[in-house]
Amino acid sequence: MELFWTVWNHPIVSAYIVRRLPTIVIVLFVILTVAAYLVYAERKISAFIQARLGPMRVGPYGLLQPLADALKLLSKEDIIPARAERSIFVIAPMISVVASLVVLAVIPFGPGRATITDINIGVLFILAVSSVGVLGIILGGWASNSKYPLLGALRSSAQMVSYEVAIALALVGPLMFAKTLSMVGVIEAQMADGVWYVLYQPVAFLIFLVGGLAETNRAPFDLPEAESEIVAGYHTEYSGFRWALYFVAEYTNIVISAAIAATVFLGGWHFPGLTRLAEPGTGLYALLAVLIFAAKVFAIVYCFIWFRWTFPRYRYDQLMGLGWKWLIPAALANILVTGAVLVLAQHLGLVETVRTEAGERLVSLWPWGKLFLIAASLLIGVPIVWIVLAVINRRSADFNLRVQRQIRLPERGEEEIFAEV
Amino acid sequence: MHKPEIAITRERLLAAREMVLNMGPQHPSTHGVLRVILKLDGETVIDLDCDIGYLHRGVEKICENRTYVHIEPYFDRLDYVAAVSNDLCYVETVEKIAGIEVPEKAKYIRVILTELQRIASHLLWLGTHAMDIGAVTIFLYAFREREEILKIFENYFGARLTANAFRIGGLQYDIYDGFEEQVRAFCRIFPERLKEYETILNENRIWLQRTVGIGILTAEEAKDLGVTGPVLRASGVKWDIRKAFPYEVYDQVEFDIPVGENGDTYDRYLVRMEEMRQSRLIILQCLDRLKKLHPGPVLGKVPKVIRPPVGEVYHSIESPKGELGIYLVSNGTAFPERLRIRPPSLINLQALKKMAIGHLVADVVALIGSIDIVLGEVDR
Repeated sequence: MELFWTVWNHPIVSAYIVRRLPTIVIVLFVILTVAAYLVYAERKISAFIQARLGPMRVGPYGLLQPLADALKLLSKEDIIPARAERSIFVIAPMISVVASLVVLAVIPFGPGRATITDINIGVLFILAVSSVGVLGIILGGWASNSKYPLLGALRSSAQMVSYEVAIALALVGPLMFAKTLSMVGVIEAQMADGVWYVLYQPVAFLIFLVGGLAETNRAPFDLPEAESEIVAGYHTEYSGFRWALYFVAEYTNIVISAAIAATVFLGGWHFPGLTRLAEPGTGLYALLAVLIFAAKVFAIVYCFIWFRWTFPRYRYDQLMGLGWKWLIPAALANILVTGAVLVLAQHLGLVETVRTEAGERLVSLWPWGKLFLIAASLLIGVPIVWIVLAVINRRSADFNLRVQRQIRLPERGEEEIFAEV
Repeated sequence: MHKPEIAITRERLLAAREMVLNMGPQHPSTHGVLRVILKLDGETVIDLDCDIGYLHRGVEKICENRTYVHIEPYFDRLDYVAAVSNDLCYVETVEKIAGIEVPEKAKYIRVILTELQRIASHLLWLGTHAMDIGAVTIFLYAFREREEILKIFENYFGARLTANAFRIGGLQYDIYDGFEEQVRAFCRIFPERLKEYETILNENRIWLQRTVGIGILTAEEAKDLGVTGPVLRASGVKWDIRKAFPYEVYDQVEFDIPVGENGDTYDRYLVRMEEMRQSRLIILQCLDRLKKLHPGPVLGKVPKVIRPPVGEVYHSIESPKGELGIYLVSNGTAFPERLRIRPPSLINLQALKKMAIGHLVADVVALIGSIDIVLGEVDR
């Protein structure tokens, strides 16, 4: 008992666990609820897109549907196929769900205590931990000892490994502006500059969005679980609560992807005029900040859902082609262009480095510095990236689609036919 | 108890380059109970075999023990998404061998209903084909329009799926009040809705990447394999029974046959989309003519018990899937001696192997969809 209290009162334990415990509990509760209600949102939004109603039976407007689903999944029979690798089959979904929940530790949900922790390698931590999640999928697919899960696992391993590269490279651009890897630091850098990095880095933002879709196995990149091809992919043999764990991991990953995009590109909880509404450090400020962050995250999640219900699915080879021939070269070109533009801006004296207590911050001068960076990103960055891509892919069939499609169709119009009748 | 030898399987699995994958008979996108046995190298298809017959009901044999009138409902259940077309083929075959005349008005109504059925069948194809490729939303849009057609069918036939009111010698019912308005209302909204699907698909890079150049079937190959219908026309062969051997009133209406050039999945898609437009034109022209014939008889002079003279006849129509033919041998009694069905789906399905080898698993799914099979017709 004494040992317990010694550990409990140890400064590191106390700083990182004990005092963070309320935040951890709240974040876990909120995120798991959000993950459940994302399913509801997905069903409602898809219904809206498809001209139908969606869930309406359980509770008003089907609002209790996620609860009913969870109860159903919990009470289902737990089936492990006879020839499956039992231990790995059991562990695999846990790996997936743990990997995605651990990432929540460094997501800046709001200022001060609203964030669980802020470490100086936050972005690297996210990339490292989230790539463990793919292990859960590979192992689950392999341990099922079945063919469709095997195909799904192979697809997802190839897909997630290649798109992680693109995502990491896309994040380099904004981090050059932020001069820090800390997630909170990235937001503070954008607050100091007053401009969200999506304006400086539109190419990187697009790459990150596409890569994020692929990383979370969302349509049009939902090949690991493409229903019409490989039934349910890696979780074909899973049912009941183990399946639910994969589901939770998937939807948590969507929230995380959107949260990273909101943090790095959309200024996190920063919003112009927020400091005028409430004094920084007060409870109202924190509340407003969290709401702003949530709104940004939901906007991106809405886009993810929107894409899913309007795009057809990529094929496996096309997916790899998109990753390696389009996104990664684009990200590399973007890094080069960004570096060149930054050096140029420094030489012209349009940006200056400000030393604050948290570290160095890059601040562009108003108005010419900001205008120069935005104009450079749009007028230099986008065309150069496009030229690079066009040169690399000039012989690819995907690039020359228009040349290939021709069809002879009837020449006579409707009016001509009815003129004779 | 039998103990599976997992160790040996695992070693084999590690050493093997090829994998045999059973796609179906329970699979989300084999459009029924088709079983495709795929031999894969990675995800590339190196060999393919179709196992059919899971839905075999012996319709041809059953027909030998039914009178000519009783046979007809069995035809609703062949291609169950295009029941009207199947019925038309059967009643025409019997009319041809028994020499029964059909009133002009009935012919126009038959053509209107058959063309509506063609649109409904193509809409169902569009929805499922797009869903196989991952565009789920199109499915519900297509079903929204199909629903309008089914409402017309419900009003006229009293049934939505197995619609059966065609009779040997004409029709069971005259058109109901408001039939013309309902059909015209559908024809009014339909072009807009077709545009809507095309905005989602035609200019979509992913859709193009998934369909252009996939499963190319040249005109020669298509003719050798005996495929018919949109699959043949997409390969560039201008062959349509409605033009080649006009039945009903197809020689009196004007329409075009859309023809593709490359014979790939995208061309098959374009051809079917254009066919829907042409069907709409046929319907509108028939509605104009029908007005002049209304009111009038819809059932010709038909004997109580149909006993066609001894002989044989082959008759075929252009069903939504292709050439649907019936070979009928009569022995002079009220029961046919032999009734053989040429199902377009079965024969078009044989082209799958030719198209799919060398492509990926995902393409096989797209190709099954692009051939447009219905297992009720394949297995009979």
